[in-house]
Amino acid sequence: MSGGTPVQRPIQGFDWRKTPGLGVATWVFLAFLYMPLFVLVVYSFNANNLVTIWTGFSLRWFVKVLHNPDIRDAAINSLVIAVVATILSTLLATAAALALERGRNFRGFGTVNGLISLPLVVPEVVVAITTLIFFSSIGLNLGLGNLIIAHTVFCIPFAVLPIRARLKDMGGAYEEAGRDLYADEWRLFRRVTLPLIAPAIGAGGILAFVTSLDDFLISLMVSGPGTTTLPVYVYGMMRLGVTPEVNAISTLLLVLSVSLVVLALLLGRRARSRD
Amino acid sequence: MIEVRHVSKVFTTMDIGTVTALAEVSLTINDNEFFTLLGPSGCGKTTLLRLIGGFETPSTGEIRIDGVDVAGLPPHKRRVNTVFQSYALFPHLTIAQNIAFGLEMLKWSKADIDVRVKEMLALVRLEGYGERNAAQLSGGQQQRVALARALAPRPSVLLLDEPLSALDLKLRKGMQVELKRLQRETGITFVLVTHDQEEALAMSDRIAVMSAGHVLQIGRPEDIYDDPNCCFVADFIGEANLIPGALLGRANVNIVTIRPERVTVGPGDAPAARIAGTVAEVTFIGPDTLYDIGLKDGTRMRARVRGDRGRFHAEEPVTVHWPDEAERELAS
Ligand SMILES: Nc1ncnc2c1ncn2[C@@H]1O[C@H](COP(=O)(O)OP(=O)(O)O)[C@@H](O)[C@H]1O
Ligand SMILES: [Mg+2]
Repeated sequence: MSGGTPVQRPIQGFDWRKTPGLGVATWVFLAFLYMPLFVLVVYSFNANNLVTIWTGFSLRWFVKVLHNPDIRDAAINSLVIAVVATILSTLLATAAALALERGRNFRGFGTVNGLISLPLVVPEVVVAITTLIFFSSIGLNLGLGNLIIAHTVFCIPFAVLPIRARLKDMGGAYEEAGRDLYADEWRLFRRVTLPLIAPAIGAGGILAFVTSLDDFLISLMVSGPGTTTLPVYVYGMMRLGVTPEVNAISTLLLVLSVSLVVLALLLGRRARSRD
Repeated sequence: MIEVRHVSKVFTTMDIGTVTALAEVSLTINDNEFFTLLGPSGCGKTTLLRLIGGFETPSTGEIRIDGVDVAGLPPHKRRVNTVFQSYALFPHLTIAQNIAFGLEMLKWSKADIDVRVKEMLALVRLEGYGERNAAQLSGGQQQRVALARALAPRPSVLLLDEPLSALDLKLRKGMQVELKRLQRETGITFVLVTHDQEEALAMSDRIAVMSAGHVLQIGRPEDIYDDPNCCFVADFIGEANLIPGALLGRANVNIVTIRPERVTVGPGDAPAARIAGTVAEVTFIGPDTLYDIGLKDGTRMRARVRGDRGRFHAEEPVTVHWPDEAERELAS
């Protein structure tokens, strides 16, 4: 370029990808994050009685886990709680998401909006203690029921997230088109809104399920004899010494959780790619 | 028939306070008419359409459809259908199911729906596409599905919000013809929103020109073109010369407007000229030659002269002429 005008240089902002040592730091970080998991999974296939000494490949700990009646009972408790809490929290979350994204602007909208996601930031131990105190002060004693109520409540914000995101994302145009084509509110919901947000409801349900299955602190406080959940039972086992059985249970839980989260992601992606 | 009477719409937003989208708008749209709301972006066209469709409620005023005051009637109780700017085809349904949607909501029988869906697919020339999904169709095809879906329930009015703006130029010209044909064949009142004055002139029976929430003029395309009632309309529809009356020796006239194609250019010493000027620019565009002429106070005038092979050159003094019936005196 000649002609006197200064050459325009493209404006270069800060580019984090050019930070020196970023590659190494990333690998160290990832190793720090995933090495323990990796070791845990590998040693669940260990033939030795001791967790730390590798002698050979074996599935004996998995077999042992599956034949331990206490573990089985705890696992069934966990599943029953997770399934019921998932259904209840997803229903409530769908209603809440619809009210917040599609409802009229009501007084106190901001407050409700904040309260819905507050459990995501309140320390879990606080929730656990207050739930316990609340249940005992009103004398609620429903066994598994107590756990189901507690889990339903703390699963709601997780289930709300993807459903709200989907409703916001798809905008109001489809629903306006439905109204325009003579759908009243109920049929609009059945025929337009629900099918369009169904994948997000599925994703929210899975998040709720995983959250419930993983929960330890609240379950520890609220559970009693006969209502022990799997994470609480594993914690009890560890106090007697870590056996490879614990590794095997953890591996099973890990595989279940990861596959469900991947499924949730796929559901979310499918919903978005369709329109 | 749609009667809009003294309708205003004020939006209240948290950040910018109140916005008057429509101010005291009154107009009547006749049965079987192709009516167009024309105006620049933000002038309130969509708002008026949404008021007729029932998606917004007027702040003041009254809307009647076929003689009935529709205040408080939700969209699903109005015999009015909309072709949305984004089409809003349901992604979870096939094309045929999209077209059938309104009919199912109106509780038509299965057999009637099947017949009507076939009929509509044929009407918009998409036979054989019924089982596809919206995402598998091109923009122009989706547009036609949106039309078929909105026309299927035989509404008394079809509302179209910038239906052609997402299409490329060639497709747009084709769809203009298509829309005219559909309106003729169905006999349904069409209310079209557009900011494209050529589109409005080409398609409409009547046009309402809007600006900043007001309707400035309503009339047939020819009348609005030949007889604009203010500078905004003259300037927005086609090209217009707007000359201060004082420059023509008419002290009590604000503006005189003349279309460039009604203006002729003569040599600088020609008698009986309206006004004299100097050629600023000459552009030869085939059949016509465009002259930009500078008048004595700096006002520019444009003449579009047929068959003139550049008789005058830049910097040449010229005179400008037009017949009396070609000009309009405007107060504003
Ligand atoms: N829901 C709304 N809330 C606030 N302001 C709005 C809303 N809808 C439209 N407006 C405002 O009203 C005016 C007219 O908008 P619109 O009818 O969409 O114009 P057009 O369709 O002619 O481009 C604009 O200033 C726009 O910002
Ligand atoms: Mg608009």
